[in-house]
Amino acid sequence: MNLSRRHFLVLVPAAAVAWKSVLAGTPEESPNYKMTDHWWGMLIDIPKCIGCGNCVRACATENDVPDGHFRTWVERYHVTDENMVNPQVISPDGGKEGFPVAEEDAGKYFFVPKLCNHCADSPCTQVCPVGATFISPDGVVMVDPKYCLGCAYCVQACPYGCRYIHPEKHVADKCTLCYHRITKGLTTACCETCPTGARQLVDLKNPKDPIHEFLKTHSVQVLKPQMATGAKVYYNDLDGSVR
Amino acid sequence: MSAFKEAGHLFRFAGLFVLAFLVFLVVRHYVVPKSFGQYGHYRGAAIGEMAAHPVKFAGHETCEGCHTDILDAKKNGKHAHVNCEACHGALANHADDPSIKPVLPDTAVLCARCHTASAAKPKGFPQVAPAEHSNGLPCETCHNPHSPAMSAGGAK
Repeated sequence: MNLSRRHFLVLVPAAAVAWKSVLAGTPEESPNYKMTDHWWGMLIDIPKCIGCGNCVRACATENDVPDGHFRTWVERYHVTDENMVNPQVISPDGGKEGFPVAEEDAGKYFFVPKLCNHCADSPCTQVCPVGATFISPDGVVMVDPKYCLGCAYCVQACPYGCRYIHPEKHVADKCTLCYHRITKGLTTACCETCPTGARQLVDLKNPKDPIHEFLKTHSVQVLKPQMATGAKVYYNDLDGSVR
Repeated sequence: MSAFKEAGHLFRFAGLFVLAFLVFLVVRHYVVPKSFGQYGHYRGAAIGEMAAHPVKFAGHETCEGCHTDILDAKKNGKHAHVNCEACHGALANHADDPSIKPVLPDTAVLCARCHTASAAKPKGFPQVAPAEHSNGLPCETCHNPHSPAMSAGGAK
């Protein structure tokens, strides 16, 4: 084969790009898992949430989340007819042990489970000065605890308040979308233990995932869409008073 | 050549820069982790380390592999879609080593978490005021948690 220098110089970067894409699909700890085949998110079906706190407890157990800090939490909104813009929001201990009984009262109540939105254009990863937080090729925002300095820039940058500084490790900590579970074919701990199916792990790259049909047929929102974060936690039937 | 004769000190200075750059490259080679930049501006190996975290909730498919009788009991009931560990807690250790016996949950606490009546809950969700509903009797006196409707009728 006659390879001129011109062609060689063209081929080398092409081969480098190809090799990079091969590496990007390299199986991690799970032999059959390919990062390039997935793009993870979550669906929260507000009308199904009963505020039991199972997700918060399961998350804390699965991920050793320290007391008083939350990778996911549940908020209870109380919106009265005259005051749409000032809902009363409570989240006692993140909703871990449920909520106090609400007597029949004026207005409406609903629960809003919250977690990292695993934004496609996340502000938190953009501000990290050392490259310790990142979006994985399968769309999960994670923190590298060995690289994090604990400067808490990302904690401030997250518009959803989903990050905290771990009180013992002194590094940023957050929802990993149970990366150790989803790469093994399991669902997240919060979705596994949600008794009503209000939380569903979704894979937007899987054409057979029911999320595609759901998004077509329901009125779905993300939180703070005006911030253009590319949030991938979809809320079905979300009230306008939630922010 | 004579033009460079007077400029020896500049070459030595330039040499220092080259040397410092080489030292920088060597230090960088040892200090920056091998996988940094593999997928982007971060340590690629961090992804694998994250995936290596131990699993504590085994997942309902694992439970159903052995407890087929419970699966049968559940499948036509109202709790058919409530996963095992939603009530029984994290039991991957039991799945790995069945000699570890899990503690049965206390139904007085467990059932009340979901089914205590509150105006905040969705209207269609079955709710009771526990004190009035059972007068302190444990829930399982009347209801089988795996299929909670009472066979004698009455409870929905």
